[in-house]
Amino acid sequence: MTDGATPPVLTIRDLDVVLDGPEPVRILDGVRLDVRAGRTTALIGESGSGKSVLGSTVIGLLPDGMRAEGHLEFAGEQLLGLSERRRASFRGSRIAMIFQDPLAALNPSQRVGRQVGEVLRRRGVRGERLRGAVLSLLERVGIPRPAERARAFPHQLSGGLRQRAVIAMALSGEPELIIADEPTTALDVTVQKRILDLLAELQRESGVSMLFISHDLRVVSHIADDLVVLYAGRVAEIGPAREVLRVPLHPYTRALAASVPSVHAASAIAEPIPGSAASPANRPSGCAFHPRCPLAQEICRAAVPELSEIEPGRFSACHFAEQLRGVPAAIPTEEAR
Amino acid sequence: MSEPLLEARGLDISYRHRRGHDDRIVRDVSFTIELGEVLALVGESGSGKTTVARAVAGLVRADGELLFGAERTRLGMRRPHAVRRRIQMVFQDPRSSLNPRMTVAQILAEAWRTHPDAAPAGDRRRASIDVLERVGLTEAVLDRRPRSLSGGQCQRVSIARAVALRPQLLVCDEAVSALDVSVQAQILRLLVDLKRNEGIAMLFITHDLGVVRQIADRVAVMEKGALVEQGETDALFRAPQHPYTQTLLASALDLAEVAGPGRDATPENQDGKPQT
Repeated sequence: MTDGATPPVLTIRDLDVVLDGPEPVRILDGVRLDVRAGRTTALIGESGSGKSVLGSTVIGLLPDGMRAEGHLEFAGEQLLGLSERRRASFRGSRIAMIFQDPLAALNPSQRVGRQVGEVLRRRGVRGERLRGAVLSLLERVGIPRPAERARAFPHQLSGGLRQRAVIAMALSGEPELIIADEPTTALDVTVQKRILDLLAELQRESGVSMLFISHDLRVVSHIADDLVVLYAGRVAEIGPAREVLRVPLHPYTRALAASVPSVHAASAIAEPIPGSAASPANRPSGCAFHPRCPLAQEICRAAVPELSEIEPGRFSACHFAEQLRGVPAAIPTEEAR
Repeated sequence: MSEPLLEARGLDISYRHRRGHDDRIVRDVSFTIELGEVLALVGESGSGKTTVARAVAGLVRADGELLFGAERTRLGMRRPHAVRRRIQMVFQDPRSSLNPRMTVAQILAEAWRTHPDAAPAGDRRRASIDVLERVGLTEAVLDRRPRSLSGGQCQRVSIARAVALRPQLLVCDEAVSALDVSVQAQILRLLVDLKRNEGIAMLFITHDLGVVRQIADRVAVMEKGALVEQGETDALFRAPQHPYTQTLLASALDLAEVAGPGRDATPENQDGKPQT
């Protein structure tokens, strides 16, 4: 399933992000992640897992007081340690970002068309050529009556159309990598699926790679090729999305999959995970998941499990990952009723 | 055996603008909730589902009829104190619906002060602990304030405040939507237990069809202020009749999809069946 032939566009190894202070907090701790060319890697985690911090690290917009260390390689270039000016030259052009709330991502006092054309204008495109390019971008993301919508202000568009405009902005610089941070969370269900399908279609057309950040396994199962599961700032599991969701090799992924309410199966109530998510600021000793884990033993309290390759392309940071091999996840299906 | 607890007949809800014209948010909505039954009201933003919930809770004015209880009391904005106690509401964001300056003990005490008829006769502290235990919390949170609790714990406190008043109907407005997935399932379980063990009926507002399938006995679907379809949960999910319901269901993402062949499928795993 993993097709090793596609080289990664983004390679992250041993990435730490530290929040400075009297008691520094290691928000991300030894993170590993790849985004293969033309593919989508989904980063999944609960609130406080550090998933959005990882997105900010890649685009080079970490908040003040946080610093990143480790290996962050984009298209062959090590990004950490570059000058701010060099980092900025990637932003919006080679690496673009789509945020959760399109209304916050758009300037309320500027017409949509002007904002979608911003990157092109910075590159010197003007006049009719700019206008034509903006209209064709709006058309590509499925905005009907693009000429009219280009003249509109963001508040005059529906939530779905606004997010499409944000996607058009992201595409305008013809990026190699798009970071999408919860891009459909604020949208209605019917709109959500259409936006996900649009992203997948644009990826097929343009070959853009995507880092898709989400808390929702259902969304992720719809769009991801590869999955990285983050818990309290550490990677719990990595692997091809379908394999990870069918046979998770980490108890946290397993518990997450079992806690998702199913639409198409009227089965028993989703299985809750006891307790609440640990945060990097008060990360439990050893494996951060151990207080909530059904498999936890003494060793889990004592030693931080290393992220190791259990099967080709499948990594797990669990002392008992071997035991989980071949055991399918408890996802309720119509057949299982 | 079934006995209606709440009956809504031809609800119309408008917001009046200064310039004289009215915006009709909800048009001719009728439904019944029986004793101990969970009715889910689903729809997208702007469909009017929250407005209906707010009318049932007495927070907005509605035309039409709302009849409550065996005595079929007509509910308006001003309603008898005893009836008000029997309908409680749980909101989406527990952090903004709990007073940040009060401890959990004070939050419960205030609920009982408002509704003395539901207040415990004996030891308040003991009674508070009992209520907290019913919602899966312990004595340890009694003297804490919302800020020091997790999102899931806060939502349990909101539910504790509601059930402390021995309601017959809980109006839950996106009560699990803001919670992390792992915590969402805990709260859903709790609500299902309250329904099963204590016979509390619910009007459950949500946009998440997975959640609906878990908790609701019946579903009512709203689109642009009108009810387009209602029915038993299983039947409606299996054979939706209205085109809008069909669209909603077709749009719902489901993890069970990964059990079928997808875009990454290889010949080995295209059988699409879990190994169970």
